[in-house]
Amino acid sequence: MTGLGWWGVPLAVLAGAVRVSTPFLFVSLGECITEKSGRINLGLEGTLVMGAMVGYAASYGTGNPWVGVLAAGAAGFALGLLHGMLCTLPRVNDIAVGIGLMLFGTGLAFFLGKAYVQPKAPMLPGIPLGFWSDAQAVRAALQVNPLFLLGLALAVALAWAFRTTRWGLVVRMVGDSSDAARAMGYGVGTVRTLATACGGLLAGVGGSFLSLYYPGSWSEGLSSGQGLMAVALVIFAGWNPIRCFWAALLFGGAGALGPALQSVGVTWGYYLFNAAPYVVTLGIMIATCSPRRTLTGAPAELSITR
Amino acid sequence: MKAAETLAIPVGALLAAMALFGLFVAVLGHNPLEVYALIYRGAFASAFSWQNTLARAAPLVLTALCVALPAQAGLMVIGGEGALVLGGLTAALVGHSLASATPLAAQLAMAAAAMLAGAAWIALAGALRHWRGVNETISSLLLTYIAIAIFNHLVEGPLKDPASLNKPSTTPLPEALMIGKLFGLDVHWGLGFGVIACLLLYVLVSHTTWGFALRIVGGNVRAARLAGLPVGALVLLACAIGGAAAGLAGMVEVAAVHGSANASLIAGYGYGGILIAFIARQNPLAILPVSVLVGGLAASGGMLQRRLDLPDATVLVFQGLAFVSILASEALYGRLRVFQPRAQAEPAA
Repeated sequence: MTGLGWWGVPLAVLAGAVRVSTPFLFVSLGECITEKSGRINLGLEGTLVMGAMVGYAASYGTGNPWVGVLAAGAAGFALGLLHGMLCTLPRVNDIAVGIGLMLFGTGLAFFLGKAYVQPKAPMLPGIPLGFWSDAQAVRAALQVNPLFLLGLALAVALAWAFRTTRWGLVVRMVGDSSDAARAMGYGVGTVRTLATACGGLLAGVGGSFLSLYYPGSWSEGLSSGQGLMAVALVIFAGWNPIRCFWAALLFGGAGALGPALQSVGVTWGYYLFNAAPYVVTLGIMIATCSPRRTLTGAPAELSITR
Repeated sequence: MKAAETLAIPVGALLAAMALFGLFVAVLGHNPLEVYALIYRGAFASAFSWQNTLARAAPLVLTALCVALPAQAGLMVIGGEGALVLGGLTAALVGHSLASATPLAAQLAMAAAAMLAGAAWIALAGALRHWRGVNETISSLLLTYIAIAIFNHLVEGPLKDPASLNKPSTTPLPEALMIGKLFGLDVHWGLGFGVIACLLLYVLVSHTTWGFALRIVGGNVRAARLAGLPVGALVLLACAIGGAAAGLAGMVEVAAVHGSANASLIAGYGYGGILIAFIARQNPLAILPVSVLVGGLAASGGMLQRRLDLPDATVLVFQGLAFVSILASEALYGRLRVFQPRAQAEPAA
């Protein structure tokens, strides 16, 4: 932190938040699409780990990290499609299938990824936004990963698409009233399946960030539950893609706060800071729910808001 | 016919999952029959493997009850992991403060405290659902993360045994407080607790007026209200009993397996329990055989690793396939010709 002094701390938190929040951002945008269509996918944790493994393996095999990102997205799409199709069957519970697929996805990733624990795959490049500064710390902190910017663009695009496009309207309608959607002649199951598959795609891409940028290797302990947390994050964000972006930054920042405070000598409450987002999410739910009214902005068909 | 259907469909789904898994290992160049034989040997072939299987089944039985009981009241609780973790922590704490008491009294106090902690945690989700309309699935998931954070904070901070360097733990329990084995078996008492809890709760749910009231609440809340049932109390009690079971699972893991509260407690038993409860169709009696099957699968991982050099995640793949396949088979109920009453199957003549 030479030459920056205490300014280094907020800089470190910001840089850490940007770095840690990227997988949160992708997984929560994916979960947002799925939930907007009226289904919940708790299996995104498995999708994330699977994406991390496939992305790493493809990057190692082809020598191009972007092929890895695409492959991770494809793997996520496949898992999402599976979830969507299974849940279209009558009487199949989306939450239970999600947990089943979480086990299946992580198991498959651990199984197939055994061979990739050792080799070193090519990583995604960082974009040096700190080129204007001579200070090493500023340059390091402003080394932004391309997926973060992609995620930001995606959040804006999704918000726009939900608001103004026909596709967005159809997804929202299916999520708010399946009867209305059926009356309009849309296949509810098809729309939800596709929405879940797209959600899986984004979660897979989020997973590839873990293995291809930060922490930047494949191992079995790679994910720390970001996939399951996405469910809380989407509620926190009120099913709004733009707010998903801010929520991901906040969740990431809460995770980065502990280490940053540790570096200036505050070691107390590391884990409690990590849990702060959940306490806040629960607080928001307690404050805004009532037996008569559910969360504002929640898709009406969503099983978890009834 | 109904009973045949409820047995044949899950068994058929399991066979389908076995076929898929066989294909998977065959593609990877292993003989599926050999893999199945090894899974059987690792899980059920010898006294040693049975012991391993049952020890793994014990916490799953209890965490599955944490899902099955609230489910009778129509609630979907997925926070068993949190109740288990807090139960284990409480048991470790109480065990220490009562180190001078007689072992039996201390053990009873540990179990009671763990059950209380778990019960309070899940009842909180139930109370939020009933009085504030907060969805219990999400709140129990959030509460799990909060519980794990509290657990980590205490175990790596104020309650850390200074001697546990690499793996932060609470101070190990004195040997006298560890739970012993079941009579004549090499399996700890946790399994006994699980079996007793399943039997008791089966009777409670299916053969008492209280259980009947609970199932009315689960079937139709408005009808239950009109009938004058105390919906809030019933929901709260169902959640508390389920949470107590998961808390007891934590106590068993601490006092029979690990000897102290540490990160090994957070092993995903809570999530395993959710799937078991769903496969058992929320029936406390069916939880027992399903847990033994799942525990057996988990126990056979080591055998596959040693004999065929397959990664230990192999059984996770099989478990995942089996769970998903059985959950999907839910769609088949009432649709298979064979199981329908004659009158419907034959065309009207």
